[in-house]
Formats: sequence, C-alpha cells, structure tokens
Amino acid sequence: MGYWNEQIETAPRSELEALQSYRLSRTVRRVYENVPFYKELFDRHGVSPADIRTVQDLSKLPFTVKQDLRDTYPYGLFATDLENVVRIHASSGTTGKQTVVGYTQNDIDVWSECAARALAAAGGKAKDFVHVSYGYGLFTGGMGLHYGAEKMKATAIPASVGNTRRQITIMQDFGSSILCCTPSYALYLGESIEEMGIDKSTLKLKAGIFGAEPWTEEMRREIEKKLGIKAYDIYGLSEVMGPGVSFECECQNGMHINEDHFIPEIIDPETGEVLPDGEQGELVFTCITKEALPLIRYRTKDIVRLSKEKCACGRTLVKMSKVLGRSDDMLIIRGVNVFPSQVESVLLDIQGVTANYLLIVDRVNNLDTLEIQVEMSPDMPFDAVRMIEEKESEIKAKVDSLLGISAKVRIVSPKTIARSEGKAKRVIDNRNSYHQTV
Amino acid sequence: MIMNQLSVFVENKRGRLAEITKVLKDHQIDIRALSIADTKEFGILRLIVDKPDEAAEALKKDGFTVSITKVIGIGIDDQPGGLNAAMELLTRYEISVEYMYAFISRSEKTAYVILRVADNETATRILSENGFAVMGSSDI
Repeated sequence: MGYWNEQIETAPRSELEALQSYRLSRTVRRVYENVPFYKELFDRHGVSPADIRTVQDLSKLPFTVKQDLRDTYPYGLFATDLENVVRIHASSGTTGKQTVVGYTQNDIDVWSECAARALAAAGGKAKDFVHVSYGYGLFTGGMGLHYGAEKMKATAIPASVGNTRRQITIMQDFGSSILCCTPSYALYLGESIEEMGIDKSTLKLKAGIFGAEPWTEEMRREIEKKLGIKAYDIYGLSEVMGPGVSFECECQNGMHINEDHFIPEIIDPETGEVLPDGEQGELVFTCITKEALPLIRYRTKDIVRLSKEKCACGRTLVKMSKVLGRSDDMLIIRGVNVFPSQVESVLLDIQGVTANYLLIVDRVNNLDTLEIQVEMSPDMPFDAVRMIEEKESEIKAKVDSLLGISAKVRIVSPKTIARSEGKAKRVIDNRNSYHQTV
Repeated sequence: MIMNQLSVFVENKRGRLAEITKVLKDHQIDIRALSIADTKEFGILRLIVDKPDEAAEALKKDGFTVSITKVIGIGIDDQPGGLNAAMELLTRYEISVEYMYAFISRSEKTAYVILRVADNETATRILSENGFAVMGSSDI
C-alpha cells in the first residue's frame, strides 16, 4: 500500500545511515551540553561528543534505563527549555512515581509523521475515518494515532476507550474505516458486533492498526475474520515517542522502524554487548531528532529480532519482529504496563495481609483479566465474611487506582501460595500472548 | 459468660472439612456447636469446643488458619417466641448482631444461641439483667 514519505521509507541504506550519523552526532552534542545527567554519564564513561561521528560509534555510549527517568523526575532529562515543551505524557512506574515525557512542537510533528506512515502503510488516505479507541490522556496511545490521522488529512474520531455499544454505533453512523485500539479490544469489538446481530459488511471498516500489547498470529487471523479487515501491528513506547516508532506494512511480517528518527540496536540483556544482525535480544533505541527528550541508547526491555532484508513492500527501513518477550517482569494487561512490584508496594501498606501474592493473568472473552491472590497474615481476624470482603475491597481500590485497571482480589490462607526454592512465583500468565518463534 | 469461638478459614476444596474434623478427633476435642459461613471462594467454619486453646493450637500446627473470637452464649426457652424475646431486647438497646447460630441442648426445654456482637460486656449485662441465662462453654 501507500508510502507516506517515499523518499525516506525507501531510501538506500547508505543514505539512511549517513542521515543517522549526522543526526546522531548532533544529538549527542546537544544532550551533552544541555542535560547535566548526560554530561556526567558520558564523562564517567570517558566518552565525549567528539568520539561519536557515525552510527558505528553508537556502542561507545552508555545506556539510559527507565530508572534514570525516575531518578530525574519529572523533567531532569529534558534537553530543552521547558518553555519549548508543548505536551506532556506519562506512564505509571513501579514506585507509583510516573515516568514523564515531553514534546516540543517539532517532536509532535515528527510523531504525527511517524503515525501517518503507519496509517499510510495500512492503506490510509485523506478520505478515511480513523476511529481511535485507545485511551486519550497521559497515555500516548490515543493522541499518537489521532495526530497521525490529522496529519494525513484523514478524519480522526477520538472515540477513546469503553462503552462498546457506543463504539459500534459510532462505527456504523460515522463510517469508521480504520480502527486503532489494542488487539484484544479489537477482538472484543468483533464479538460484540456479532452478538448485536450486525452484519459486518454493512460497516465501512477496511483496516485496523493494533498495538500496545503483545498478540499472536492466531489473534490477527481472528480479528481479520471477525471484523472483515486487514490487521496491522504497531509498536511504540512513550519514552521513545509513542505509537509509531515502528509499524507494519502489507507484508505483515515485521514492523518497519522509523530509522530516520530512532536508531535501533539489539543487545544481550545480560552483558549489554551489541548482537550481530538477525539475533534475538533486547531492543535499544537512540532518539536522533527528538528535541525535548532525546534519550540515548534507551533500553526498552523488549526482546525482539531485527531484519535488514529487503522487504517486498519496497521499504528499506529495518524490520523488527513482534515483541518475543521481556527482559524484566513487566506484564501488559489491557494495554497497561504492570510490574508485580507495583502490587507488592500496595500490599506492604495494608494491615492484615502479607506480601506473599500471586498474579494470575488470563484472557476471558478476549479481555485480559487480573486476579491477585494474597495470603492473609496469621493474626488477621476473619470470623465474619464481611471482614475478608472488606479487606479485599480495600486492596482492590488501591491496586485499581495505582495500576489504572480493575483487578479481582482474593485473600487466601497463609502459606498456600507455592514457593519454589524459597522464592515465590509471582505471576501466572495464561494468555500465551507472546508470539512463539525460536 | 463470654466464650472463645474458633474460626477456621476453609478454602472451597473437597475434603477440607474432613481434615479439620480429623484433627479435632485426634486431639479428643468435643464440638459443642458449629456454623459455616460460605462464599463462592471460601468458607469460615466457626466452632465452639470444650478445649478451645488446645484445639486452636492443634489446627494451626496442621496448617490451618485459625482466629479466636469472643462470643456470647445464651440459653433461651425452646418454644415459639423464645428467640424473639432476646432479639427484641437487643434491638431495644441498639445492639447489632454480626452473626449468630443456635442449637438445641441435651437437656430439654432449653435452646442455645451463640451471638457475635461488637460489645460483649454490654450485651452480656443487658441479657442477664433481663433474665437470660448467659452460658459458659462448659454449660453447653
């Protein structure tokens, strides 16, 4: 299907690398001069901006990790005057402290361009109605695709999340032609459309762009069948930009990374060594055009594989596989990033229960569910059912407000949660959502 | 008199109750009264026994979660309206009952009720002042 920016998307690799090298050296100099954190970090690693001339020099630079964003909360890594920042987004963090990201007007333009490339690759044109059912707000999902749609002069429908019947009515009445949401919600919508007895061929939907959580090829086929559309994957993270860091083309076998803005590397998560092309490892991004928050060698913790083989779509941009796993214990539940330690932090503050817990993640009717089992402490009074239910509600309220998703809480007897080698198993994920390839 | 009631947390698993009664049998503990509160996920078995401390210890040793609660036992006339008289009295004094359970004793004409209220002292005083026999665990 169509390119949005043919010149870049199909540029010869040598030209692309020359552009990356130029932008990289400029960015490294800028963060060294404007961000005390990076000056100190580069000095400590004995690397100076003068050492970074080409993309081959990238591995000389130290990594940035999520903790660095927390340590410098909220604006410590910003490389521009706050006056130039036109937008803030944030994601929740393990300690309850959010990770804050910022954008200048140019950053928003770049992001819109990246999202427009994703829409164009999915067949999007100015005449399309782009139905965005990602959450709008501090989460980057909603506004990312929204601005992309406007950039290509399509019509954005900011439907946001929830109220499935209303979503379907909007699709019918407004003529939504491209759907953007999480893949599990797309499936749920598909089933709801069936249940409501609506003939899907009466809808104008032709494509969907789905991301923010891992999904399998089986899910893709099911979504395509249920909604009668072609389903495309999209990838992004707020620290790097938001949705649109990479996007899928009609070949549906990997996501093209917008390399003119983000340089990807694959490293061994244990040693930090850069791995040869084609190997599976942790994805690392360096932002080379961002003005507000140009992170250097940011470790995503996502395990992927890159492929520089020429794509049948004509794009020369490197392709990344779906996320094959995580190098940390982060879970993605209904598109929300959840760390077990967040639940633990809630439990530690609650009287009557221990911090022995188990998270059970499942997918029921295509929606992710989270159950938290927690062991009561031996001295918790419980002669009435009410006491246990009130305790469960107290935990649920705190967990729901911290994570932003609804969990089911179950208090269980002490010592009933299995421990293996003294270390408790914290998570049972029954969804099997990572695409298995080896 | 105020009695010690054992509450045992019981997951909804087959055979769980039998495991509890076996522990009690092995320790020669006599059950005087019991009730179960059940939900979809778990149950609470409440027991009045002859040797509550020994029973609690034995159950805990076997991995059960046990909580001891002070409850009141009263004797009422085993005839229509017997319980109602006690309930009306508690209502008059604005004493709420969290839960209760009743059983009939070996001796005739008397039934027993175990009451769980927020303030045991006050409830006990009011009940005995109004002619109800407040029992100890050895009485039942």
